[in-house]
Amino acid sequence: MADWYAFWVTAPISVLSAVAMVLARNAVHAALLLVVNFFTLAVFFLILGSPFLFVVQIIVYAGAIMVLFLFVIMLLGVDQVIPLRDQMKAQPVAAVLLGAGLIAEIVLAVRISIGFSHKVLPDFRSVNAGGNVQALAKVLFNSYFFPFEVTSILLIVAAIGAMLHGRRKIGEEETIDVPEPAPIPAPAAEGTAR
Amino acid sequence: MAESFYQSYGVVVALLIGGFGLVAVAFTAARLIAPRRQTAEKLMTYECGIDPVGEGWSQSQIRYYIYAFLFVIFDVESVFLFPWANIFVRLGYQAVVEMAIFVFVLALGLLYAYKKKVLQWV
Amino acid sequence: MLALSILAQAPPATPQTATGHGPLIFTPVAPELILVGVALILLLYDALEPQRPHLALALATLAGIAGAAAYSVYLWFWVQRPDSPSSVLQGMVAADRFTVFFRLVILGAAFIATLLGYLYLERAGEVRGEYYPLLLFATAGMTLITAANDLIMVFLALEILSLSLYLMTGFSLRRLASAEASMKYFLLGAFSSAFFLYGIAFAYGATGTTNLPAIAHKLSGQVGPLALALGATGLLTVGFAFKVAAVPFHMWTPDAYQGAPTSVTAFMSAGTKVAAFAAFLRVFDVALSPLVWDWKPFVWALAAITMVVGGVLAIAQTNIKRMLAYSSIAHAGFILVGVTAASRQGIEASMFYLAAYAAMIVGAFGVVMLVSVRGERNLNFSSYAGLARRDPFLAAVLAVFMLSLAGIPPTAGFIAKVSVFEAAVQAGHWPLVLIGVLTSVIAAFYYIRVIVLMYMQEYLPGQEETEGLGREPVGRIAVAIPALLTLLFGVFPGVLFGLLKAASVIRF
Repeated sequence: MADWYAFWVTAPISVLSAVAMVLARNAVHAALLLVVNFFTLAVFFLILGSPFLFVVQIIVYAGAIMVLFLFVIMLLGVDQVIPLRDQMKAQPVAAVLLGAGLIAEIVLAVRISIGFSHKVLPDFRSVNAGGNVQALAKVLFNSYFFPFEVTSILLIVAAIGAMLHGRRKIGEEETIDVPEPAPIPAPAAEGTAR
Repeated sequence: MAESFYQSYGVVVALLIGGFGLVAVAFTAARLIAPRRQTAEKLMTYECGIDPVGEGWSQSQIRYYIYAFLFVIFDVESVFLFPWANIFVRLGYQAVVEMAIFVFVLALGLLYAYKKKVLQWV
Repeated sequence: MLALSILAQAPPATPQTATGHGPLIFTPVAPELILVGVALILLLYDALEPQRPHLALALATLAGIAGAAAYSVYLWFWVQRPDSPSSVLQGMVAADRFTVFFRLVILGAAFIATLLGYLYLERAGEVRGEYYPLLLFATAGMTLITAANDLIMVFLALEILSLSLYLMTGFSLRRLASAEASMKYFLLGAFSSAFFLYGIAFAYGATGTTNLPAIAHKLSGQVGPLALALGATGLLTVGFAFKVAAVPFHMWTPDAYQGAPTSVTAFMSAGTKVAAFAAFLRVFDVALSPLVWDWKPFVWALAAITMVVGGVLAIAQTNIKRMLAYSSIAHAGFILVGVTAASRQGIEASMFYLAAYAAMIVGAFGVVMLVSVRGERNLNFSSYAGLARRDPFLAAVLAVFMLSLAGIPPTAGFIAKVSVFEAAVQAGHWPLVLIGVLTSVIAAFYYIRVIVLMYMQEYLPGQEETEGLGREPVGRIAVAIPALLTLLFGVFPGVLFGLLKAASVIRF
């Protein structure tokens, strides 16, 4: 019963925030509406019995990823109004088609994986005995411990990249691209450019 | 899911509602009680007593992005720390060693950032 | 919920994962541990010691690579011991000679690339210590992917090598072209990673595991609809096709190869292709082997279109880096011919091709780097006119690489092509071989053109800066080694095929 209430309280907020996000004219407002949407998704994960995804959704998506989004928006400057409508005429059509395709695909993927008939679902309760997070941790730190350690290498490479390319000395900002001398067509080296 | 599952989260929800309520009450009370006589001076954005210049939506510098990015990286680390914290007692020294290696590698990244003066404000 | 719970429930893939901690055997990943260890030490050394000599960084990198290679040679014998397991670390890492072979090829390319990189940074005045740790991380990613026995490992290794390479592509901070190349490579690479990840999700949905042998086991017993598994196959194909630069997923290649510092181009053109193909072979010939009749037509078409488009577009290039980029696309097509055969012979031929390709492309880009004096100059074909008179050594070495890329005896490229074609004919793909032979003939034109330019054209004064034209012995050694290997494999292919007899068996 609690499931039912939690879902029907959150679901309208989720849909409304998603629609409002798409329609928002200000990019920052859109980003903030996306935060609301992420929170409702987190609640859905909780309802489905996955506290771990609930926490990840809030810590990583509503927290870190949104910070990145906002930084990028502010880097580009919010005040620049770009008339998108003129640039991409076919975009709304393409968006609708791709969206419909995605929905069809997700439905199919889920239906196929659990079977079109009502196949018995995997026994979640026995797997999650002692807590979903604990069950996940047991797998992560036993069978998947090597990939887990490899992840740290991936993260440190990303960190170095951010530092190497994000922070340049003033003197390095000038560019030294020298225009190539125009190709003189040697008899055997003819060809169109590029 | 069992009803008891929600009981622990009930506290969170209650706190959330309480927090929103507190802010709402405070703002409504201020609106009702405070006298309002607006002048151009008063409506100006407050910026440490200095007259604001230009728009609030100004373009920010790329170097702030590094902080955001480093935050994301260590945020992802915390995602791994969360299940680990739930289980390291049961798994014993093995889990401690695993996490120590992971944190050590990332700490090297932080040390590198510090030594390269990336963390210094310029 | 669904995904996570199934994850927690995933049946043990190999006996040793049964519950908790089997014996942890790190021996098969020791080369990667060495590479990553040296990379971390260099990272710190560079940060803690601002006055560090550039040479010390390069030498430490070379030592790390040599150490990893030496350990790989030891592994060559270790994996054949009767008591050594076929996979370790809970089934995540495979221990077989297939892996060791590819490791050695990649480490060889990395060794040459380090020599070239040292010279490039010195000449371009862009000495920054991050180059070497990034190179080592990229190498570790490449060697790890050849050993990955689980789709999650494949993905992580793929990301490590890609991320390091995006950064190295944009390493010339002062050249806009470099930043642009890095950006394009990154955006398209991230896009392809998404495809790949989606494919992994589908494979997991279809079989309930990400372990490659376990996937094969599940799929071979399946009779019902295989829609999810086929979706996974398609998405994984797209992901790999991006990484090996197969048409129509090749768009990033010319721009990334041209914009990147040439030493980096040399490294990634050889390393990425070898690493991605190693994973391609393992995933498709192990995990997806039950679906071989479903994926064969797609790879067949991919091979055909890649050979044709890569070969034809290369003709129109006037920039030698772009020409070599298209040539590398075309070569991806030839290697795919060997993959299409999907037989022991096909795997063996592909492996020979990859080793030969790595040697010749790393060397060809090495010569280009030496000719382009400082940074990125002299990249037009006109700069190569009369090179034989100005620098007979470089001209001769480049001629060897061009002959090999064209597939003309007595070079490794010839034997490589013959062996993939033979494998394809054995598997009944003679139309593919016909396309391959025809495109080879077309391709020979632009490789020979470079040789004609170097040897039969008068050099046009003022067309290039000859000052300091690659006289450093380091650069000479760096291009001489691949040239010797190209000739060695061409004249005595048995040397390599002897090793491949033992290495082309994927144990699982």
